[in-house]
Amino acid sequence: MSCLQTIQDYGLRSLGYGERLLPRGDITLCEQFTLIGSGMIWNVYFGALALMSGFFFAVALAVAKNSRPWITRKPAEWFIFIFRGSPLFIQFFLAYETFVLLPRVGIDINLGFAEITAETRWFARAWLGALIVLFLNTSAYAAEIFYGALRSVPKGDLEAADAYGLTGWTRFRRVVFPTTMRLAWPSYTNEAIFLFHATTLVYFSGFPAFQQKGDALYYAQYFADRTFNPFIPYPIVAGYFVILTLCIIMLFGMINARLNRHLPSETRSRLRYRPNLIR
Amino acid sequence: MFEFCEDPSTLETARWFACYLTNGVHFRFYQSFLTVLLLLAITAPVALAFGFAGAMASRSHVAPLRWIGKTYTAMVRGVPDIAFFLFFVIALDQALEWLAHQAACPDWTDPIRQGANFIVCDAAKIPQSNAPQWVHEAYNFGIAVFTFAIVFGAFAANVLFGAMRAVPRGQLETGEAYGMTHRQTFWRILVPQMWIYALPGLSNLWMILIKATPLLFLLGVEDIVYWARELGGSRTSQYQYPHPDWRLWYFLGLLVFYLGMTRISEILLGRLTRRLSRGQATMAGEDQRKAFA
Repeated sequence: MSCLQTIQDYGLRSLGYGERLLPRGDITLCEQFTLIGSGMIWNVYFGALALMSGFFFAVALAVAKNSRPWITRKPAEWFIFIFRGSPLFIQFFLAYETFVLLPRVGIDINLGFAEITAETRWFARAWLGALIVLFLNTSAYAAEIFYGALRSVPKGDLEAADAYGLTGWTRFRRVVFPTTMRLAWPSYTNEAIFLFHATTLVYFSGFPAFQQKGDALYYAQYFADRTFNPFIPYPIVAGYFVILTLCIIMLFGMINARLNRHLPSETRSRLRYRPNLIR
Repeated sequence: MFEFCEDPSTLETARWFACYLTNGVHFRFYQSFLTVLLLLAITAPVALAFGFAGAMASRSHVAPLRWIGKTYTAMVRGVPDIAFFLFFVIALDQALEWLAHQAACPDWTDPIRQGANFIVCDAAKIPQSNAPQWVHEAYNFGIAVFTFAIVFGAFAANVLFGAMRAVPRGQLETGEAYGMTHRQTFWRILVPQMWIYALPGLSNLWMILIKATPLLFLLGVEDIVYWARELGGSRTSQYQYPHPDWRLWYFLGLLVFYLGMTRISEILLGRLTRRLSRGQATMAGEDQRKAFA
Protein backbone atom coordinates (compact mmCIF):
# COMPACT_ATOMS: atom_id res chain seq x y z
CA MET A 1 0.00 0.00 0.00
CA SER A 2 1.43 3.32 -0.99
CA CYS A 3 1.99 6.08 1.51
CA LEU A 4 -0.51 8.32 -0.25
CA GLN A 5 -3.17 5.68 0.23
CA THR A 6 -2.26 5.49 3.93
CA ILE A 7 -2.62 9.23 4.29
CA GLN A 8 -6.05 9.04 2.66
CA ASP A 9 -7.07 6.22 4.99
CA TYR A 10 -5.68 7.50 8.26
CA GLY A 11 -5.15 11.24 7.80
CA LEU A 12 -8.43 12.10 9.56
CA ARG A 13 -8.73 8.88 11.55
CA SER A 14 -8.67 10.76 14.87
CA LEU A 15 -11.89 12.51 13.84
CA GLY A 16 -13.53 9.24 12.84
CA TYR A 17 -13.16 9.46 9.05
CA GLY A 18 -11.40 6.93 6.86
CA GLU A 19 -10.35 3.40 7.72
CA ARG A 20 -11.99 2.15 10.89
CA LEU A 21 -9.47 -0.51 11.88
CA LEU A 22 -6.14 0.75 13.11
CA PRO A 23 -3.08 -0.73 11.39
CA ARG A 24 -1.89 -3.99 12.83
CA GLY A 25 0.62 -6.67 11.95
CA ASP A 26 3.42 -5.12 9.94
CA ILE A 27 3.29 -1.44 10.76
CA THR A 28 5.03 0.87 8.35
CA LEU A 29 6.78 4.10 9.21
CA CYS A 30 4.30 5.97 7.03
CA GLU A 31 1.36 4.64 9.03
CA GLN A 32 2.97 5.77 12.26
CA PHE A 33 3.67 9.26 10.93
CA THR A 34 0.17 9.63 9.48
CA LEU A 35 -1.81 8.37 12.42
CA ILE A 36 0.21 10.25 15.05
CA GLY A 37 -0.07 13.38 12.92
CA SER A 38 -3.81 12.82 12.72
CA GLY A 39 -3.87 12.66 16.51
CA MET A 40 -2.18 16.06 16.65
CA ILE A 41 -5.48 17.56 15.44
CA TRP A 42 -6.90 16.95 18.89
CA ASN A 43 -3.86 18.43 20.65
CA VAL A 44 -4.15 21.59 18.58
CA TYR A 45 -7.93 21.70 19.08
CA PHE A 46 -7.70 21.43 22.88
CA GLY A 47 -4.76 23.78 23.17
CA ALA A 48 -6.02 26.50 20.84
CA LEU A 49 -9.58 26.65 22.14
CA ALA A 50 -8.60 26.50 25.82
CA LEU A 51 -6.00 29.18 25.30
CA MET A 52 -8.26 31.56 23.41
CA SER A 53 -11.19 31.27 25.79
CA GLY A 54 -8.94 31.12 28.85
CA PHE A 55 -7.24 34.41 28.01
CA PHE A 56 -10.31 36.53 28.75
CA PHE A 57 -11.21 34.66 31.90
CA ALA A 58 -7.60 34.94 33.07
CA VAL A 59 -7.61 38.72 32.63
CA ALA A 60 -10.86 38.95 34.60
CA LEU A 61 -9.41 36.73 37.35
CA ALA A 62 -6.21 38.76 37.54
CA VAL A 63 -8.17 42.00 37.88
CA ALA A 64 -10.40 40.37 40.51
CA LYS A 65 -7.40 39.15 42.48
CA ASN A 66 -5.90 42.60 42.35
CA SER A 67 -9.12 44.29 43.47
CA ARG A 68 -9.70 45.71 46.94
CA PRO A 69 -13.16 44.32 47.87
CA TRP A 70 -13.13 41.03 49.69
CA ILE A 71 -16.04 39.63 47.72
CA THR A 72 -14.19 39.61 44.37
CA ARG A 73 -10.66 39.07 45.66
CA LYS A 74 -11.17 35.94 47.74
CA PRO A 75 -12.96 33.80 45.15
CA ALA A 76 -10.30 34.64 42.57
CA GLU A 77 -7.50 33.78 45.01
CA TRP A 78 -9.11 30.46 45.87
CA PHE A 79 -9.79 29.57 42.26
CA ILE A 80 -6.17 30.24 41.32
CA PHE A 81 -4.84 28.36 44.33
CA ILE A 82 -6.96 25.28 43.68
CA PHE A 83 -6.17 24.98 40.01
CA ARG A 84 -2.49 25.81 40.34
CA GLY A 85 -1.99 23.80 43.52
CA SER A 86 -3.29 20.46 42.33
CA PRO A 87 -2.15 18.18 39.52
CA LEU A 88 -3.94 18.55 36.20
CA PHE A 89 -4.13 14.78 36.09
CA ILE A 90 -6.24 14.69 39.25
CA GLN A 91 -8.38 17.56 37.94
CA PHE A 92 -9.14 15.52 34.82
CA PHE A 93 -10.13 12.48 36.87
CA LEU A 94 -12.25 14.53 39.23
CA ALA A 95 -14.01 16.34 36.40
CA TYR A 96 -14.69 13.11 34.55
CA GLU A 97 -16.19 11.43 37.61
CA THR A 98 -18.34 14.50 38.23
CA PHE A 99 -19.55 14.73 34.65
CA VAL A 100 -20.43 11.03 34.57
CA LEU A 101 -22.70 11.53 37.56
CA LEU A 102 -24.67 14.30 35.85
CA PRO A 103 -28.30 13.41 35.11
CA ARG A 104 -28.87 12.56 31.48
CA VAL A 105 -30.99 15.26 29.92
CA GLY A 106 -31.06 16.82 26.51
CA ILE A 107 -31.81 20.43 25.70
CA ASP A 108 -32.98 21.38 22.24
CA ILE A 109 -31.20 24.37 20.81
CA ASN A 110 -32.67 26.06 17.77
CA LEU A 111 -29.92 27.46 15.60
CA GLY A 112 -32.35 28.89 13.07
CA PHE A 113 -31.25 26.67 10.22
CA ALA A 114 -30.99 23.44 12.19
CA GLU A 115 -32.03 22.06 15.52
CA ILE A 116 -29.48 20.26 17.67
CA THR A 117 -29.95 18.55 20.98
CA ALA A 118 -27.36 19.52 23.59
CA GLU A 119 -26.95 16.63 25.95
CA THR A 120 -25.29 16.53 29.36
CA ARG A 121 -23.65 13.32 28.15
CA TRP A 122 -21.33 15.52 26.11
CA PHE A 123 -19.62 16.63 29.31
CA ALA A 124 -18.28 13.10 29.82
CA ARG A 125 -16.78 13.19 26.33
CA ALA A 126 -13.24 14.42 25.90
CA TRP A 127 -14.03 17.10 23.32
CA LEU A 128 -16.13 19.06 25.82
CA GLY A 129 -15.26 17.76 29.29
CA ALA A 130 -11.49 17.86 28.89
CA LEU A 131 -11.73 21.21 27.14
CA ILE A 132 -13.53 22.68 30.16
CA VAL A 133 -10.86 21.38 32.53
CA LEU A 134 -8.06 22.73 30.33
CA PHE A 135 -9.86 26.06 30.05
CA LEU A 136 -10.16 26.42 33.83
CA ASN A 137 -6.60 25.23 34.38
CA THR A 138 -4.95 27.56 31.89
CA SER A 139 -7.10 30.44 33.16
CA ALA A 140 -5.69 29.92 36.65
CA TYR A 141 -2.06 29.74 35.49
CA ALA A 142 -2.42 32.69 33.12
CA ALA A 143 -4.28 34.69 35.78
CA GLU A 144 -1.32 34.33 38.14
CA ILE A 145 1.02 35.53 35.39
CA PHE A 146 -1.22 38.50 34.57
CA TYR A 147 -1.63 39.29 38.25
CA GLY A 148 2.14 39.40 38.68
CA ALA A 149 2.40 41.70 35.66
CA LEU A 150 -0.45 43.86 36.92
CA ARG A 151 1.40 44.37 40.19
CA SER A 152 4.54 45.47 38.37
CA VAL A 153 2.97 48.12 36.15
CA PRO A 154 5.36 51.07 36.64
CA LYS A 155 4.12 53.74 39.01
CA GLY A 156 5.03 56.40 36.47
CA ASP A 157 2.55 54.98 33.97
CA LEU A 158 -0.27 55.28 36.47
CA GLU A 159 0.78 58.81 37.45
CA ALA A 160 0.85 59.78 33.80
CA ALA A 161 -2.67 58.37 33.40
CA ASP A 162 -3.79 60.41 36.41
CA ALA A 163 -2.18 63.52 34.96
CA TYR A 164 -4.17 63.08 31.78
CA GLY A 165 -7.33 62.72 33.85
CA LEU A 166 -7.91 59.12 32.84
CA THR A 167 -9.96 57.12 35.30
CA GLY A 168 -11.74 53.83 35.62
CA TRP A 169 -12.31 51.81 32.47
CA THR A 170 -10.48 54.23 30.17
CA ARG A 171 -7.41 54.14 32.38
CA PHE A 172 -7.47 50.34 32.42
CA ARG A 173 -7.97 49.98 28.69
CA ARG A 174 -5.50 52.62 27.59
CA VAL A 175 -2.71 52.33 30.17
CA VAL A 176 -2.87 49.43 32.62
CA PHE A 177 -3.94 46.64 30.28
CA PRO A 178 -1.41 47.24 27.47
CA THR A 179 1.47 47.53 29.93
CA THR A 180 0.34 44.36 31.71
CA MET A 181 0.29 42.47 28.43
CA ARG A 182 3.75 43.74 27.52
CA LEU A 183 5.14 42.62 30.86
CA ALA A 184 3.33 39.29 30.93
CA TRP A 185 3.79 38.20 27.33
CA PRO A 186 7.08 36.24 27.64
CA SER A 187 5.73 34.21 30.57
CA TYR A 188 2.40 33.80 28.85
CA THR A 189 4.20 32.30 25.86
CA ASN A 190 5.66 29.65 28.13
CA GLU A 191 2.24 29.00 29.59
CA ALA A 192 0.84 28.50 26.10
CA ILE A 193 3.57 26.02 25.24
CA PHE A 194 2.94 24.02 28.38
CA LEU A 195 -0.76 24.04 27.84
CA PHE A 196 -0.21 22.36 24.49
CA HIS A 197 2.01 19.82 26.19
CA ALA A 198 -0.62 19.23 28.85
CA THR A 199 -3.19 18.31 26.21
CA THR A 200 -1.42 14.96 25.85
CA LEU A 201 -2.77 13.99 29.27
CA VAL A 202 -6.40 14.03 28.18
CA TYR A 203 -6.73 10.47 26.93
CA PHE A 204 -4.70 9.03 29.82
CA SER A 205 -6.91 10.44 32.51
CA GLY A 206 -10.29 8.82 32.49
CA PHE A 207 -11.72 10.42 29.38
CA PRO A 208 -12.15 7.47 27.05
CA ALA A 209 -11.13 7.59 23.40
CA PHE A 210 -14.35 6.49 21.67
CA GLN A 211 -13.75 4.23 18.66
CA GLN A 212 -10.02 4.79 19.17
CA LYS A 213 -10.30 8.46 18.26
CA GLY A 214 -7.39 9.75 20.29
CA ASP A 215 -4.61 12.30 20.32
CA ALA A 216 -0.99 12.00 19.19
CA LEU A 217 0.28 10.35 22.34
CA TYR A 218 -2.63 7.93 22.40
CA TYR A 219 -1.66 6.61 18.97
CA ALA A 220 2.03 6.63 19.85
CA GLN A 221 1.30 4.44 22.84
CA TYR A 222 -0.82 2.20 20.64
CA PHE A 223 2.13 1.70 18.29
CA ALA A 224 4.60 1.24 21.14
CA ASP A 225 2.37 -1.46 22.63
CA ARG A 226 1.88 -3.14 19.25
CA THR A 227 5.47 -3.20 18.08
CA PHE A 228 7.07 -3.22 21.52
CA ASN A 229 9.48 -0.70 20.08
CA PRO A 230 9.33 2.73 21.73
CA PHE A 231 12.17 4.14 19.63
CA ILE A 232 10.00 5.06 16.65
CA PRO A 233 6.57 6.37 17.79
CA TYR A 234 7.73 8.51 20.72
CA PRO A 235 10.41 10.37 18.75
CA ILE A 236 7.72 11.01 16.11
CA VAL A 237 5.49 12.59 18.79
CA ALA A 238 8.50 14.54 20.02
CA GLY A 239 9.19 15.78 16.50
CA TYR A 240 5.61 16.91 15.98
CA PHE A 241 5.61 18.74 19.29
CA VAL A 242 8.90 20.47 18.58
CA ILE A 243 7.36 21.78 15.35
CA LEU A 244 4.21 22.84 17.21
CA THR A 245 6.30 24.59 19.87
CA LEU A 246 8.26 26.48 17.22
CA CYS A 247 4.99 27.60 15.60
CA ILE A 248 3.70 28.87 18.96
CA ILE A 249 6.93 30.72 19.64
CA MET A 250 6.76 32.32 16.19
CA LEU A 251 3.11 33.36 16.58
CA PHE A 252 3.59 34.73 20.07
CA GLY A 253 6.81 36.41 19.00
CA MET A 254 4.86 38.28 16.32
CA ILE A 255 2.30 39.42 18.88
CA ASN A 256 5.13 40.42 21.19
CA ALA A 257 6.70 42.52 18.47
CA ARG A 258 3.32 44.18 17.86
CA LEU A 259 2.87 44.89 21.59
CA ASN A 260 6.30 46.54 21.78
CA ARG A 261 6.15 48.32 18.42
CA HIS A 262 6.52 51.78 20.02
CA LEU A 263 9.96 50.92 21.41
CA PRO A 264 13.24 51.32 19.50
CA SER A 265 14.10 47.90 18.16
CA GLU A 266 17.24 47.36 20.28
CA THR A 267 15.46 47.82 23.58
CA ARG A 268 12.57 45.51 22.78
CA SER A 269 12.47 42.56 25.07
CA ARG A 270 13.02 39.44 23.09
CA LEU A 271 11.02 36.34 23.85
CA ARG A 272 13.02 33.82 25.78
CA TYR A 273 11.71 30.35 26.13
CA ARG A 274 12.40 29.03 29.60
CA PRO A 275 10.84 25.62 30.01
CA ASN A 276 10.49 24.91 33.67
CA LEU A 277 6.80 24.37 34.07
CA ILE A 278 4.65 21.31 33.87
CA ARG A 279 1.55 20.54 35.72
CA MET B 1 -9.50 -3.33 62.97
CA PHE B 2 -12.25 -2.84 65.53
CA GLU B 3 -14.07 -5.69 67.23
CA PHE B 4 -17.53 -4.55 66.16
CA CYS B 5 -16.55 -4.92 62.51
CA GLU B 6 -17.57 -8.59 62.32
CA ASP B 7 -20.77 -7.95 60.38
CA PRO B 8 -20.75 -4.49 58.74
CA SER B 9 -24.31 -4.76 57.41
CA THR B 10 -25.75 -4.34 60.92
CA LEU B 11 -23.77 -1.22 61.82
CA GLU B 12 -25.01 2.35 61.98
CA THR B 13 -23.38 4.98 59.75
CA ALA B 14 -20.53 6.29 61.91
CA ARG B 15 -19.35 2.83 62.94
CA TRP B 16 -19.77 1.51 59.40
CA PHE B 17 -17.42 4.22 58.14
CA ALA B 18 -14.97 3.54 60.98
CA CYS B 19 -14.82 -0.09 59.84
CA TYR B 20 -14.84 0.72 56.14
CA LEU B 21 -11.97 3.18 56.33
CA THR B 22 -9.80 0.82 58.38
CA ASN B 23 -10.18 -2.39 56.38
CA GLY B 24 -7.25 -4.13 54.69
CA VAL B 25 -7.41 -2.53 51.26
CA HIS B 26 -7.67 0.92 52.76
CA PHE B 27 -4.41 0.39 54.58
CA ARG B 28 -2.81 -0.40 51.25
CA PHE B 29 -4.36 2.85 49.97
CA TYR B 30 -2.79 4.76 52.87
CA GLN B 31 0.51 3.01 52.19
CA SER B 32 0.44 4.26 48.63
CA PHE B 33 0.60 7.83 50.00
CA LEU B 34 3.91 6.78 51.53
CA THR B 35 4.95 5.48 48.09
CA VAL B 36 4.35 8.95 46.68
CA LEU B 37 6.30 10.60 49.49
CA LEU B 38 9.09 8.06 49.04
CA LEU B 39 9.21 8.86 45.34
CA LEU B 40 9.52 12.57 46.15
CA ALA B 41 12.18 11.93 48.79
CA ILE B 42 14.33 9.85 46.43
CA THR B 43 13.71 11.72 43.20
CA ALA B 44 14.41 15.24 44.49
CA PRO B 45 18.07 14.66 45.50
CA VAL B 46 18.80 12.36 42.56
CA ALA B 47 17.32 14.83 40.07
CA LEU B 48 19.30 17.63 41.72
CA ALA B 49 22.48 15.58 41.32
CA PHE B 50 21.65 14.88 37.65
CA GLY B 51 20.91 18.55 37.17
CA PHE B 52 24.15 19.61 38.83
CA ALA B 53 26.12 17.22 36.64
CA GLY B 54 24.26 18.47 33.57
CA ALA B 55 24.89 22.13 34.43
CA MET B 56 28.58 21.43 35.11
CA ALA B 57 28.85 19.61 31.80
CA SER B 58 27.23 22.53 29.93
CA ARG B 59 29.87 24.87 31.41
CA SER B 60 32.73 22.53 30.61
CA HIS B 61 35.69 23.63 28.50
CA VAL B 62 35.81 20.22 26.85
CA ALA B 63 33.61 20.46 23.77
CA PRO B 64 32.09 16.91 23.67
CA LEU B 65 31.19 17.13 27.36
CA ARG B 66 29.59 20.52 26.76
CA TRP B 67 27.57 19.12 23.87
CA ILE B 68 26.32 16.28 26.05
CA GLY B 69 25.29 18.75 28.75
CA LYS B 70 23.57 21.04 26.27
CA THR B 71 21.74 18.17 24.61
CA TYR B 72 20.57 16.88 27.95
CA THR B 73 19.15 20.24 29.00
CA ALA B 74 17.63 20.82 25.58
CA MET B 75 16.09 17.35 25.61
CA VAL B 76 13.04 18.25 27.63
CA ARG B 77 12.36 21.45 25.72
CA GLY B 78 9.45 21.37 23.37
CA VAL B 79 8.39 17.83 24.16
CA PRO B 80 5.63 16.90 26.62
CA ASP B 81 7.07 15.30 29.74
CA ILE B 82 4.54 12.52 29.69
CA ALA B 83 5.93 11.35 26.33
CA PHE B 84 9.27 11.01 28.07
CA PHE B 85 7.74 9.06 30.90
CA LEU B 86 6.06 6.59 28.58
CA PHE B 87 9.18 6.33 26.43
CA PHE B 88 11.76 5.83 29.15
CA VAL B 89 9.89 3.12 30.98
CA ILE B 90 9.94 0.80 27.98
CA ALA B 91 13.32 1.98 26.72
CA LEU B 92 15.05 1.48 30.07
CA ASP B 93 13.45 -1.90 30.53
CA GLN B 94 14.59 -3.05 27.11
CA ALA B 95 18.06 -1.58 27.55
CA LEU B 96 18.56 -3.43 30.84
CA GLU B 97 17.29 -6.69 29.43
CA TRP B 98 19.49 -6.28 26.37
CA LEU B 99 22.56 -5.73 28.53
CA ALA B 100 21.69 -8.70 30.70
CA HIS B 101 21.13 -10.73 27.56
CA GLN B 102 24.57 -9.85 26.20
CA ALA B 103 26.14 -10.88 29.49
CA ALA B 104 24.12 -13.99 30.25
CA CYS B 105 23.62 -15.63 26.87
CA PRO B 106 26.55 -14.81 24.58
CA ASP B 107 25.87 -17.79 22.28
CA TRP B 108 22.26 -16.81 21.49
CA THR B 109 21.86 -16.63 17.72
CA ASP B 110 18.23 -15.56 17.11
CA PRO B 111 17.61 -11.86 16.58
CA ILE B 112 16.24 -10.07 19.64
CA ARG B 113 13.70 -8.03 17.67
CA GLN B 114 11.52 -10.50 15.83
CA GLY B 115 8.89 -8.41 14.10
CA ALA B 116 6.70 -7.09 16.87
CA ASN B 117 8.43 -9.04 19.63
CA PHE B 118 11.36 -8.32 21.87
CA ILE B 119 12.81 -11.69 22.87
CA VAL B 120 15.72 -12.24 25.21
CA CYS B 121 16.81 -15.49 26.80
CA ASP B 122 15.14 -16.51 30.05
CA ALA B 123 18.22 -15.86 32.17
CA ALA B 124 18.17 -12.21 31.04
CA LYS B 125 14.59 -11.45 32.03
CA ILE B 126 14.51 -8.62 34.55
CA PRO B 127 13.16 -9.35 37.08
CA GLN B 128 13.26 -13.12 36.84
CA SER B 129 9.84 -14.55 36.08
CA ASN B 130 9.89 -16.67 39.24
CA ALA B 131 10.81 -13.72 41.44
CA PRO B 132 8.38 -12.83 44.24
CA GLN B 133 5.77 -10.13 43.69
CA TRP B 134 7.55 -7.48 45.70
CA VAL B 135 10.62 -7.70 43.46
CA HIS B 136 8.45 -6.88 40.45
CA GLU B 137 6.89 -3.96 42.30
CA ALA B 138 10.26 -2.68 43.51
CA TYR B 139 11.65 -2.95 39.98
CA ASN B 140 8.74 -0.99 38.54
CA PHE B 141 9.14 1.63 41.24
CA GLY B 142 12.89 1.83 40.65
CA ILE B 143 12.39 2.41 36.92
CA ALA B 144 9.78 5.06 37.69
CA VAL B 145 12.11 6.88 40.09
CA PHE B 146 14.92 6.77 37.56
CA THR B 147 12.64 8.12 34.82
CA PHE B 148 11.46 10.97 37.03
CA ALA B 149 15.08 11.74 37.95
CA ILE B 150 16.18 11.91 34.31
CA VAL B 151 13.35 14.21 33.25
CA PHE B 152 13.48 16.48 36.28
CA GLY B 153 17.27 16.40 36.22
CA ALA B 154 17.11 18.07 32.82
CA PHE B 155 14.84 20.79 34.21
CA ALA B 156 17.12 21.24 37.22
CA ALA B 157 20.18 21.44 34.96
CA ASN B 158 18.51 24.31 33.14
CA VAL B 159 17.84 26.15 36.40
CA LEU B 160 21.30 25.51 37.89
CA PHE B 161 23.04 26.55 34.67
CA GLY B 162 21.23 29.88 34.85
CA ALA B 163 22.06 30.24 38.55
CA MET B 164 25.76 29.62 37.93
CA ARG B 165 25.78 32.40 35.36
CA ALA B 166 23.89 34.74 37.72
CA VAL B 167 26.63 34.84 40.36
CA PRO B 168 28.29 38.24 39.91
CA ARG B 169 31.45 38.07 37.84
CA GLY B 170 33.29 40.20 40.40
CA GLN B 171 32.99 37.46 42.99
CA LEU B 172 34.76 35.00 40.75
CA GLU B 173 37.42 37.57 39.83
CA THR B 174 38.13 38.07 43.52
CA GLY B 175 38.75 34.34 43.81
CA GLU B 176 41.12 34.46 40.85
CA ALA B 177 42.87 37.48 42.36
CA TYR B 178 43.57 35.43 45.47
CA GLY B 179 45.31 32.87 43.28
CA MET B 180 42.66 30.17 43.44
CA THR B 181 42.59 27.64 40.65
CA HIS B 182 39.59 27.24 38.38
CA ARG B 183 38.38 24.28 40.41
CA GLN B 184 38.81 26.09 43.73
CA THR B 185 36.88 29.15 42.52
CA PHE B 186 34.10 26.88 41.36
CA TRP B 187 33.70 24.99 44.60
CA ARG B 188 34.52 27.72 47.12
CA ILE B 189 33.02 30.82 45.51
CA LEU B 190 30.52 29.86 42.85
CA VAL B 191 28.72 26.88 44.37
CA PRO B 192 27.99 28.38 47.82
CA GLN B 193 26.58 31.54 46.23
CA MET B 194 24.57 30.07 43.40
CA TRP B 195 21.82 28.54 45.53
CA ILE B 196 20.01 31.78 46.22
CA TYR B 197 19.80 32.44 42.49
CA ALA B 198 18.70 28.86 41.85
CA LEU B 199 16.09 28.80 44.59
CA PRO B 200 13.14 30.40 42.76
CA GLY B 201 13.61 28.01 39.86
CA LEU B 202 14.18 25.02 42.11
CA SER B 203 11.14 25.73 44.27
CA ASN B 204 9.09 26.02 41.13
CA LEU B 205 10.50 22.66 40.07
CA TRP B 206 9.63 21.11 43.41
CA MET B 207 6.02 22.21 43.04
CA ILE B 208 5.98 20.71 39.57
CA LEU B 209 7.50 17.49 40.85
CA ILE B 210 4.76 17.20 43.46
CA LYS B 211 2.16 17.72 40.79
CA ALA B 212 3.80 15.19 38.48
CA THR B 213 3.57 12.33 40.99
CA PRO B 214 0.10 11.14 39.82
CA LEU B 215 1.82 10.17 36.57
CA LEU B 216 3.24 7.22 38.52
CA PHE B 217 -0.11 5.65 37.75
CA LEU B 218 0.76 5.63 34.06
CA LEU B 219 4.07 3.93 34.79
CA GLY B 220 2.33 0.91 36.26
CA VAL B 221 2.98 1.64 39.93
CA GLU B 222 0.11 1.04 42.34
CA ASP B 223 -0.04 4.61 43.55
CA ILE B 224 -2.79 6.72 45.06
CA VAL B 225 -4.59 7.25 41.75
CA TYR B 226 -4.68 3.50 41.17
CA TRP B 227 -6.13 2.85 44.61
CA ALA B 228 -8.60 5.73 44.41
CA ARG B 229 -10.02 4.26 41.21
CA GLU B 230 -9.91 0.77 42.63
CA LEU B 231 -11.62 1.54 45.93
CA GLY B 232 -14.04 4.13 44.63
CA GLY B 233 -15.69 1.90 42.06
CA SER B 234 -19.17 0.76 43.02
CA ARG B 235 -19.49 -2.40 45.11
CA THR B 236 -22.50 -4.70 44.92
CA SER B 237 -24.03 -6.35 47.94
CA GLN B 238 -21.82 -9.38 47.41
CA TYR B 239 -19.01 -7.38 48.95
CA GLN B 240 -18.56 -6.81 52.63
CA TYR B 241 -18.93 -3.06 52.26
CA PRO B 242 -21.37 -2.37 49.43
CA HIS B 243 -21.47 1.22 48.20
CA PRO B 244 -22.28 3.13 45.00
CA ASP B 245 -19.66 4.78 42.80
CA TRP B 246 -17.58 6.88 45.19
CA ARG B 247 -14.63 7.65 42.94
CA LEU B 248 -15.59 11.33 42.98
CA TRP B 249 -15.06 11.49 46.75
CA TYR B 250 -11.78 9.60 46.60
CA PHE B 251 -10.46 11.97 43.98
CA LEU B 252 -11.64 14.92 46.06
CA GLY B 253 -9.54 13.44 48.87
CA LEU B 254 -6.52 13.31 46.59
CA LEU B 255 -7.13 16.90 45.51
CA VAL B 256 -7.10 18.01 49.13
CA PHE B 257 -3.92 15.99 49.75
CA TYR B 258 -2.14 17.72 46.88
CA LEU B 259 -3.41 21.17 47.86
CA GLY B 260 -2.09 20.54 51.37
CA MET B 261 1.30 19.44 50.03
CA THR B 262 1.51 22.58 47.88
CA ARG B 263 0.60 24.87 50.76
CA ILE B 264 3.12 23.30 53.16
CA SER B 265 5.84 23.46 50.50
CA GLU B 266 5.08 27.13 49.86
CA ILE B 267 5.50 27.96 53.54
CA LEU B 268 8.71 25.94 53.96
CA LEU B 269 10.27 27.30 50.76
CA GLY B 270 9.46 30.83 51.90
CA ARG B 271 11.44 30.21 55.07
CA LEU B 272 14.31 28.64 53.12
CA THR B 273 14.48 31.69 50.85
CA ARG B 274 14.85 33.98 53.87
CA ARG B 275 17.54 31.72 55.32
CA LEU B 276 19.55 31.58 52.09
CA SER B 277 19.28 35.32 51.50
CA ARG B 278 21.29 35.96 54.64
CA GLY B 279 24.54 37.76 53.84
CA GLN B 280 23.98 37.63 50.05
CA ALA B 281 24.67 40.51 47.72
CA THR B 282 21.03 40.66 46.65
CA MET B 283 18.17 42.98 47.44
CA ALA B 284 16.68 40.55 49.97
CA GLY B 285 20.03 40.03 51.66
CA GLU B 286 20.58 43.78 51.83
CA ASP B 287 17.15 44.28 53.40
CA GLN B 288 17.91 41.68 56.07
CA ARG B 289 21.23 43.36 56.86
CA LYS B 290 19.56 46.75 57.24
CA ALA B 291 16.82 45.35 59.46
CA PHE B 292 19.46 43.76 61.68
CA ALA B 293 21.73 46.77 61.91
